[in-house]
Amino acid sequence: MRFKAKVLEPAEIERALRRMAHEIIEKNKGAGDLALVGIHTRGIPLAERLAALIERFEGVRPPVGVLDITLYRDDLSEIGVQPKVRETRIPWDVTGRPVVLVDDVLFTGRTARAALDALVDLGRPKRVYLAVLVDRGHRELPIRADFVGKNLPTSKSEVVKVKLRETDGEEGVELWER
Amino acid sequence: MGALAHLLDFAGWDRARVESLLETARMMEEVLERPMKKVPALKGFTVATVFFEPSTRTKISFELAARRMSADVVGFSGAGSSLAKGESFKDTLLTLQAMALDAYVIRAPVAGMAHQAARWLKGAVVNAGDGRRAHPTQALLDAYTLLEELESLEGKKIAIVGDVAHSRVARSNAELLPLLGAEVWAAGPVGLLPERLPGARLTTDLDEALSGADAVMVLRLQRERMDEGALPSLREYVAEYQVTRQRLDRAKPGAPLLHPGPMNRDVELEGALADGPRSRVERQVRAGEAVRMAVLYHLLVGRAA
Repeated sequence: MRFKAKVLEPAEIERALRRMAHEIIEKNKGAGDLALVGIHTRGIPLAERLAALIERFEGVRPPVGVLDITLYRDDLSEIGVQPKVRETRIPWDVTGRPVVLVDDVLFTGRTARAALDALVDLGRPKRVYLAVLVDRGHRELPIRADFVGKNLPTSKSEVVKVKLRETDGEEGVELWER
Repeated sequence: MGALAHLLDFAGWDRARVESLLETARMMEEVLERPMKKVPALKGFTVATVFFEPSTRTKISFELAARRMSADVVGFSGAGSSLAKGESFKDTLLTLQAMALDAYVIRAPVAGMAHQAARWLKGAVVNAGDGRRAHPTQALLDAYTLLEELESLEGKKIAIVGDVAHSRVARSNAELLPLLGAEVWAAGPVGLLPERLPGARLTTDLDEALSGADAVMVLRLQRERMDEGALPSLREYVAEYQVTRQRLDRAKPGAPLLHPGPMNRDVELEGALADGPRSRVERQVRAGEAVRMAVLYHLLVGRAA
């Protein structure tokens, strides 16, 4: 793969997340009842960071859960390499509360579809939002994000690499050519 | 075909494979803790439970595991079926295969049946117990339960007590637990000990096996053994080999107590112990479902990374 461009610097990620936290609070009319669910892998630290920012702005820290969508993928009957099943841990009742699903990149929409199915199997949220750091387009399903850090037009042969210090030891969003 | 082709026994297994499967089982147990205990992972797959020997709990456990993962399940029991009409094992299996199933969970009274079936059938075969030979998902659920209690099995002494000679559970545990670093001891009267049990130290001295044990696994005593002359009398067995509170004092304090079921209360195990705080029998049942979900996932989805 060939490196093409740096899309977001660490300070820009921080700024985008701060804006997203404000937008979440505004749309939800406060942080009351709100809960965040990070989708494996990089949605988890992003959800934690958003929760910390919401706490800073509103004085209330929304609970954060962890969601693995492996058992909800739509390609398990034809997949090549077996995906590892990872932890799902949502230690609070999703029923009746607004829930923000958090992921790093929105691409085909298939992960978001699986996450929605997984989430509603756990209870009946009052409503579900989708927050992503990068929306790179090329949707294959009728899915859109409510909160977006950066809209990034890409070609299908390009690869968006999100690196976060919690999962990758470094920070930044990069565009690569396959 | 999944990361594993079949689960017949633990020949060729290494620690990484065991740990990966048990890790998946832990993830599956979270599904069992939900109000709605079902995921769509195996939608479109069909699993057959083919039991040429009666069994209730193992069959139910496998069927539930498959259903929790949204697989379709068909059940075949030897008694009252075409087998009774003289159809051979092989013809029965080939008939089922014509229905294009994805996995076959096979329980058979004869050692090696599941291995044979794996050669005949196109789908994945899970050995759910073949004669005295192997019962790998039982050993996996035992390992799962033990790891939950002891965190690691490295250097841990596990005592298996009772009718070791006729036990596929003992044989599979003796194969599996050493892969995780455990030291397995098997104790029983001389008539109920095999000549050799790969992976375990054999002894007729129950106290030696229990002494300092980190966990104790008690096997079911089948009363038919008396008739076969392997045991002089039930009373003698109870006096010398029943696991009692007093005898269990030789094990480490709080050592968990496992039993694969079904249990003969006050025969192989003092009844009060079976219901006591050290018993992990109910835990084993729950672990069994999670482990079997993990086995089906590893057999049916994708291939090894």
